[in-house]
Amino acid sequence: MSGMVEKKGKAAWLVHLGLILGILVVCFPIYLAFIASTVSSGDLVRPPMPLLPGEHFIANYKEALFSGVNTPVWNMLLNSTIMALGIAIGKIIISLLSAFAIVYFRFPLRNVFFWLIFLTLMLPVEVRIVPTYEVVANFGMLNSYSGLILPLVASATATFLFRQFYLTVPDELAEAARVDGAGPMRFFVDILLPMSRTNIAALFVILFIYGWNQYLWPLLMTTDPDMNTIVMGIKQMFPSGDDLPNWPVIMATALLAMLPPVLVVVLMQNLFIKGLVDTEK
Amino acid sequence: MATLNLIDVKKSYGKDEVIHGVNFDIHDKEFVVIVGPSGCGKSTLLRMMAGLETVTAGEIKIKDRRVNELEPMERNIAMVFQNYALYPHMSVFDNMAYSLKIAKLGKAEIKARVDNAAKLLQLSEYLKRKPRQLSGGQRQRVAMGRAIVRKPDVFLFDEPLSNLDAKLRVQMRLEIKKLQRDLGVTSVYVTHDQVEAMTLGDRLMVLNGGYVEQFGSPIDLYERPASLFVAEFIGSPSMNIIDGHAADGVVELVNGVRLPGSSEVAGAVKAGIRPEHLSLDPAGVIAIRKGVAEQLGSSTLVHGTLDGSDIAISVALPGVHREEQLDDVMCFSVMEQGLHLFSADGKRV
Repeated sequence: MSGMVEKKGKAAWLVHLGLILGILVVCFPIYLAFIASTVSSGDLVRPPMPLLPGEHFIANYKEALFSGVNTPVWNMLLNSTIMALGIAIGKIIISLLSAFAIVYFRFPLRNVFFWLIFLTLMLPVEVRIVPTYEVVANFGMLNSYSGLILPLVASATATFLFRQFYLTVPDELAEAARVDGAGPMRFFVDILLPMSRTNIAALFVILFIYGWNQYLWPLLMTTDPDMNTIVMGIKQMFPSGDDLPNWPVIMATALLAMLPPVLVVVLMQNLFIKGLVDTEK
Repeated sequence: MATLNLIDVKKSYGKDEVIHGVNFDIHDKEFVVIVGPSGCGKSTLLRMMAGLETVTAGEIKIKDRRVNELEPMERNIAMVFQNYALYPHMSVFDNMAYSLKIAKLGKAEIKARVDNAAKLLQLSEYLKRKPRQLSGGQRQRVAMGRAIVRKPDVFLFDEPLSNLDAKLRVQMRLEIKKLQRDLGVTSVYVTHDQVEAMTLGDRLMVLNGGYVEQFGSPIDLYERPASLFVAEFIGSPSMNIIDGHAADGVVELVNGVRLPGSSEVAGAVKAGIRPEHLSLDPAGVIAIRKGVAEQLGSSTLVHGTLDGSDIAISVALPGVHREEQLDDVMCFSVMEQGLHLFSADGKRV
């Protein structure tokens, strides 16, 4: 691999050219969406399609954020943020603890429990959506944050990941903590948790995006527009019947919806790489 | 006064008994080394004293108090682990201070104790570093510092030097010995290295297959091994064992050579002679056919066979530097007190 990077002269130019072309191809639709969000509805539908920014940037975004189509976008952003944070943080806490129990405590049927958790990998939301809906409805959690978060909060993947990590932590460390007088929870908080922070950061990125991108579940269980999340909200902005869609506002919303996950990736990536570089253990 | 007593201590994993009733008393300020081959149960025994393994039967007492059911911390012991077991995300200071923080000592007291231990172990400059920024020897010292700051009644060492290179091991061995003398803390040290065992221990316990073979001062074990196992285990290179037959105060070896033995012994015996107790003597009765010679510089080790048999025999020749000086067949006599006799079942007779 390094040979490719170090190549000098023509080859390097070719490689760069290829990469730049690739980036252009990927970025062009996003650029188009941005252009579409800065012009007026009329300009957009009139051929030729505009390829340069228009003058309605502020107006369109203002309209999207504060009035929207069904509900203001800031509200949907807030809902999505709460849901994504709730899912990511909830998943991490629960998996940290369940992995801790499975690795460090000898209780009856320990392995059975581990495999039960593992089996839930076969049951994603889409498969269990009807019973889940019924349970959530019976609990009266439709149109609420807890209804959005709780059914998605258990995570076999994260539990498995932390379990694998704990298994690599030498037993002597737990024993040393015991000799030092630390109880199990103290050991967990003082030693395991700081040691797993790299894993936590990496998982947070993945899980935040997973939560943010949830579409089917919020679509099914939120009927109140105030509880709409942004990913499903974009679809809701499409008018039914013969109304004309307000494309510039929809495009502005789509770009706004992309922003938080991008920010999380960009900000956490630094932490992530830093964590990977100074490996401890 | 911290004494440590084990009374008929046994350990079983399921139906397998691995420790078969160990009894011993360790005096205050004594340094006891438990030595034995891998899998003899020495680490298990130590971990039982530490409270990391449950005791199946018997009683462990520290300071005359039964501790079987107590958590490690309540026993007031400190343990040094083979792989140091330092907390990787904590600085050296925090590593040493952790147990004190849990014990809820005051900040000033913690700092005083850690600084003191750091000074003792020449770690003062490294207090802010993380364990991964330290060398093996320094990590080992941090692990000891962590044990010292608690002012425990008993130190337990679980093969603490086996991850270090040979030179550092010798140096740390001396430091541990000195530290234990200075602090006067009762210590139990587990190792499979018999040189460590001989040099460190006030008393030595040889463990084999979960049984205590012998417990005594290192030199006792060397001079009067109680069993064939101890005889072969203690001393390097290990003792030569030759089958023989004893009658009327004379031991006749397999190849027909007769040595003066004890008049009380009769029947089949195993004769043990340490390599260093054979001395070159043209008139000696033990003839050895030279095989391979190892030149160690100060001395030469000759591995050969007993003339007239194929029994392997090693001889240490101090002052002989070069193999060329040696004949193919050499005669040796046994130094006084150099002959050990064991019965067929391995007990000293």
